[in-house]
Amino acid sequence: MFRTEMMDINMGPQHPSTHGVLRLKLILDGEIVTDTDVLIGYLHRGVEKLCESKNYHMIEPYTDRLDYVAAMYENLGYVETVEKLMGVTVPERAEYIRVITAELQRIASHLVWLGTHALDIGAMTVFFYCFREREILLDLFEAFCGARLTYNAYRIGGLPWDLPPGWTDRVRHFVKIFPGRQQEYDTLLTKNRIWLGRTKGVGILKAEDAIDFGVSGPCLRAAGISYDIRKAHPYSVYNRFQFDIPTGENCDTYDRYLVRMEEMRQSLRIVQQALDGLPGGEIMGKVPKRIKPPVGEVYHTVEGPRGELGFYIVSQGDDKPYRMRFRSPSFVNLQALPHMVKGSLVADVVAVIGTLDIVLGDVDR
Amino acid sequence: MSDALIRNFIIPLTQVLVILGVASGAVAYMTLVERKILAFMQLRLSPRRVGPHGLLQPIADGIKLLLKEDITPDKADRILFTLAPIITVIPAFTALAVIPFSGGGTFQIFGYQVTPFIADVNVGLIFLLAISSLGIYGIMLGGWASNSKYPMLGALRSAAQMVSYEVPFGFSIIGVMMLSGTASMVGIVEAQKAAHVWYFLPQIFGLFVFFVSGVAETNRLPFDLPEAEAELVAGFHTEYTGMKFALYMLAEYTSMIVVASIVTTLFFGGWLRPFPNVEALGFLNFGLDRIHPVLPGYFWFLLKTFLVLFVYLWLRGTFPRYRYDQLMRLGWYWMIPLSILNVIVTGGVVLLLRR
Repeated sequence: MFRTEMMDINMGPQHPSTHGVLRLKLILDGEIVTDTDVLIGYLHRGVEKLCESKNYHMIEPYTDRLDYVAAMYENLGYVETVEKLMGVTVPERAEYIRVITAELQRIASHLVWLGTHALDIGAMTVFFYCFREREILLDLFEAFCGARLTYNAYRIGGLPWDLPPGWTDRVRHFVKIFPGRQQEYDTLLTKNRIWLGRTKGVGILKAEDAIDFGVSGPCLRAAGISYDIRKAHPYSVYNRFQFDIPTGENCDTYDRYLVRMEEMRQSLRIVQQALDGLPGGEIMGKVPKRIKPPVGEVYHTVEGPRGELGFYIVSQGDDKPYRMRFRSPSFVNLQALPHMVKGSLVADVVAVIGTLDIVLGDVDR
Repeated sequence: MSDALIRNFIIPLTQVLVILGVASGAVAYMTLVERKILAFMQLRLSPRRVGPHGLLQPIADGIKLLLKEDITPDKADRILFTLAPIITVIPAFTALAVIPFSGGGTFQIFGYQVTPFIADVNVGLIFLLAISSLGIYGIMLGGWASNSKYPMLGALRSAAQMVSYEVPFGFSIIGVMMLSGTASMVGIVEAQKAAHVWYFLPQIFGLFVFFVSGVAETNRLPFDLPEAEAELVAGFHTEYTGMKFALYMLAEYTSMIVVASIVTTLFFGGWLRPFPNVEALGFLNFGLDRIHPVLPGYFWFLLKTFLVLFVYLWLRGTFPRYRYDQLMRLGWYWMIPLSILNVIVTGGVVLLLRR
């Protein structure tokens, strides 16, 4: 007389908490998710193919559009890859400025993550607090390179411009006020019973599963694996700074929250040290006007806010790459989503999407 | 016009119209107040364009909602789809009938005695419980009649939520009824006046359970699962537009005001003045009792109701949202036992004192 059936429900591509145009097909048994199908490609622009017809200078603005929440890292990864291929040495001042802007970008990116993650779970106020601080950072970036989101901030071999006057003081001011502001997020969330209930034990991703899926970044570190490219394979001048790699134990959403919160503090430490040690001098290395890397291929990674950000370039000695390939952390991390939400409730799906911190521009490229 | 006609028809009708009008206006401005307070908490500007400080925003919103295209989805059950918001909004307004906005006798208007409330029913509280439960039907029917998946999930959630929280909601007022010995709303306030103590002191657990269940009943954060916008898009009213959507909103805000008024009446002495009525708070009285007589009862009632509503908004600004299973666990494991315990303890104390 009675029968129950599974309901398949379509979440996205237009849905308030899929962070863009992610589409999930959920198979629900009541409110319990029994299966998930991740459907992507709604933001596919074919950037990798486009790059094959652009010269090396023209590619950099395209990298901005990949992970538009942390475009500094896309720029950084790309220019370092080409520099590695060409064997260019970058002046020290440029490296320091790159580190400062990149670490500030990590904070800005984590602020977007925290705000939207909390908003998805229903804590509305945190979102506005986070964007208040992100606003300061975006103003700093605007003063540095003229753009607030898609920076195109670095050049192959160095930087296009030196720092504007007074910029370092503004950064120092931010470094001073930010810990207090972070305290405010802490008060609203870290010990909040509802927040604990919504994040503890939700979306568990064990270390071995994380490695199998190729997950990197905070999601991997929350599973207890202390792998950070800044320490494991230091690039730029990261080996000169003191900082810790926070790790979690319980592999759940709450630990990923704590790891990212701590990463913001560590980034602040790096910025402080880089500001103190900021050398003078040139900002542009010796680079020819027309960039023609030698024949060969190169793979280079940087530690983005979302994880391992890889660039693979095949050069045939032309001024255009023969093949360009991005290893985007969002895309790889997203694979773990069906595994993480299996057997949980619909509300947890939203929490898990938030904790993976995906950017669809990065997923679809 | 005969005297009986005026007494039995014209006066009640006028009362109803006045209270309906005031309530709808309060609801409209409640939305603005909510946005203002939330904006204040969240360091941003609230609506400021329409009128000075955005004071005409609710009217603009109303006009916008009226002019929106009224869409009924193809696959929806047309009759129920239209009926559902009406079913939700009627009980919400009906509940206002027994709320005593002010006491202290009657007004004299053209030689007729007029009470400052519509009706003083001797089972006022029971009536409120009965009426407030009816709102669920509208939400469930709306979710079901939309014939869409997200609304159905939202409707199922709200059904489960409201049924579970109805129980502690009912239990928590039993303590008040035992203390006052009546179920009439006016009678309860009179009893608080006679006892020289407002019931939030002896009934602090009752107040807690009642308020939390009230928030859950009205689907507000942190219990707004039926319409959790991050998960279910908009929950049971996803498919609703224009005036039908406005009716749901109207019902939600009216229920909020009703719950706040009930809290005021049951636990904070309704229209009574704080001093010298409550002896325990006497130390706070810095000559305030001299200006008291000027302020009418409904001023105090509105002030207290607004403070309760403020707590509602405060909750919204502070807390994340509960998960469905956690909400149920909170209801069945904590709220219901606590409310039953409250009934037992209050009953015991009342019995002992009477000996």
